[in-house]
Amino acid sequence: MNENNSCCCSSDDCCGEQPIKAVSTTLSRKDILGAWRMRWGIGRMDYTVEPGLYAVGKPDNDSPVFVSANYKLTFDTLRKNLDGLNCWLLILDTKGVNVWCAAGKGTFGTDELIHRIETSELSKYVSHKKLVLPQLGATGVSAHEVKRHSEFDVHYGPVRASDIKEYIDAGYEATKEMRTVQFNLWDRLVLTPIELIPALKYTLPVFGVMLLANQFAAKPFDKTDILSDAGAVIAGSVLTPVLLPYIPGNAFAMKGWFLGLGCTVGILGISGKLKKGSALLSAGHLLLFPAISSFIAMNFTGASTYTSPSGVNKEMKTVLPFIVGAIAIGAALTLGAHLFGRRKTK
Amino acid sequence: MKHRYLKNVTTLAYSKEKCVGCKKCTEVCPHGVFDIKEKKARIIDRDSCMECGACALNCPASAIEVNAGTGCALAIIMGWFTGQEPTCGCSNSGCC
Repeated sequence: MNENNSCCCSSDDCCGEQPIKAVSTTLSRKDILGAWRMRWGIGRMDYTVEPGLYAVGKPDNDSPVFVSANYKLTFDTLRKNLDGLNCWLLILDTKGVNVWCAAGKGTFGTDELIHRIETSELSKYVSHKKLVLPQLGATGVSAHEVKRHSEFDVHYGPVRASDIKEYIDAGYEATKEMRTVQFNLWDRLVLTPIELIPALKYTLPVFGVMLLANQFAAKPFDKTDILSDAGAVIAGSVLTPVLLPYIPGNAFAMKGWFLGLGCTVGILGISGKLKKGSALLSAGHLLLFPAISSFIAMNFTGASTYTSPSGVNKEMKTVLPFIVGAIAIGAALTLGAHLFGRRKTK
Repeated sequence: MKHRYLKNVTTLAYSKEKCVGCKKCTEVCPHGVFDIKEKKARIIDRDSCMECGACALNCPASAIEVNAGTGCALAIIMGWFTGQEPTCGCSNSGCC
């Protein structure tokens, strides 16, 4: 992180006044690599900056104050978009979680904001009483409660940091566009690694069991099984997020099931299993693998920006019995087809 | 392309009588659920509500109520098992 402590002494608290850390608006190669690491889930729970007050450019007591979270990916996105501005950053302790998720948990919240205004001695640095919060912080912060306890006025800025300059130029007014959460192709694409990796982790034991079973004489599984399983995982965790608005249905489980079905039929078709008339095996695969995709796709509700808990609850209560049933029957049929089929050819 | 989730599920409730017309709900809603007409808020896109709770928390007149929470399948499943409120507190999955 780029910070210059202007304080002369090595210990932090020896200079009477707390040193304000200066923030650069350009990201270093290390910051960019760090962002990639986060997207792949490496050390994701420990990527933080210290909470407190930071200076961008040369702010004075009239400069705006932007409030944000102490997840470094959030902090970097914000400072990158403040190039050329003189302003203050008040960073809350959100335990290294982004603004929206932290607001949902309450760590980006009214109490923490009031506490941080006090501990950072913000009133010493600015003469106005205006804070600009990211709009998504509103899930955890109650503007009128902050006003009551700290005298500071909470203004909700745009959803995206990239709109901040336009927001300032418009006299601290956000357009409807700035107020609306997007979930475009790029937003969804960057989330796929973090969906794929846990999905692989959970299905790895399945591959393990298949390979282990193949060590015995019967050799129950072949590459179509393994390929179909991998296909189902990718259909649910990568293809569904990427193609989300284009897949029919509203429920994520349905979207995942459609793509899983497409994938399974494709793999069965290419392997020639459909033609060879292995009806039992085909039925097994068609039950099992789309259900796996469906389950994984449903998990993407958590990463999406528009699903309500009531909706997800309803979706799960409706589809989970089918998913569990289809996986159990499908797995039994697949296994049965292999064992039974093999014995017949011997 | 606007994303659409399940219809008629949100717990969002709004009282026009209590509304003071401060516009805070239109400011905080990330999905344009509210707008202002004749100095009062009104719901214009109910099915886009994701129950994040920002409107209710920032309504100084307590005119809005919603069962706020996280719309995350994994969190809700964990909630069923642990018997607690679902939170997006997963340490190793992609839910936040």
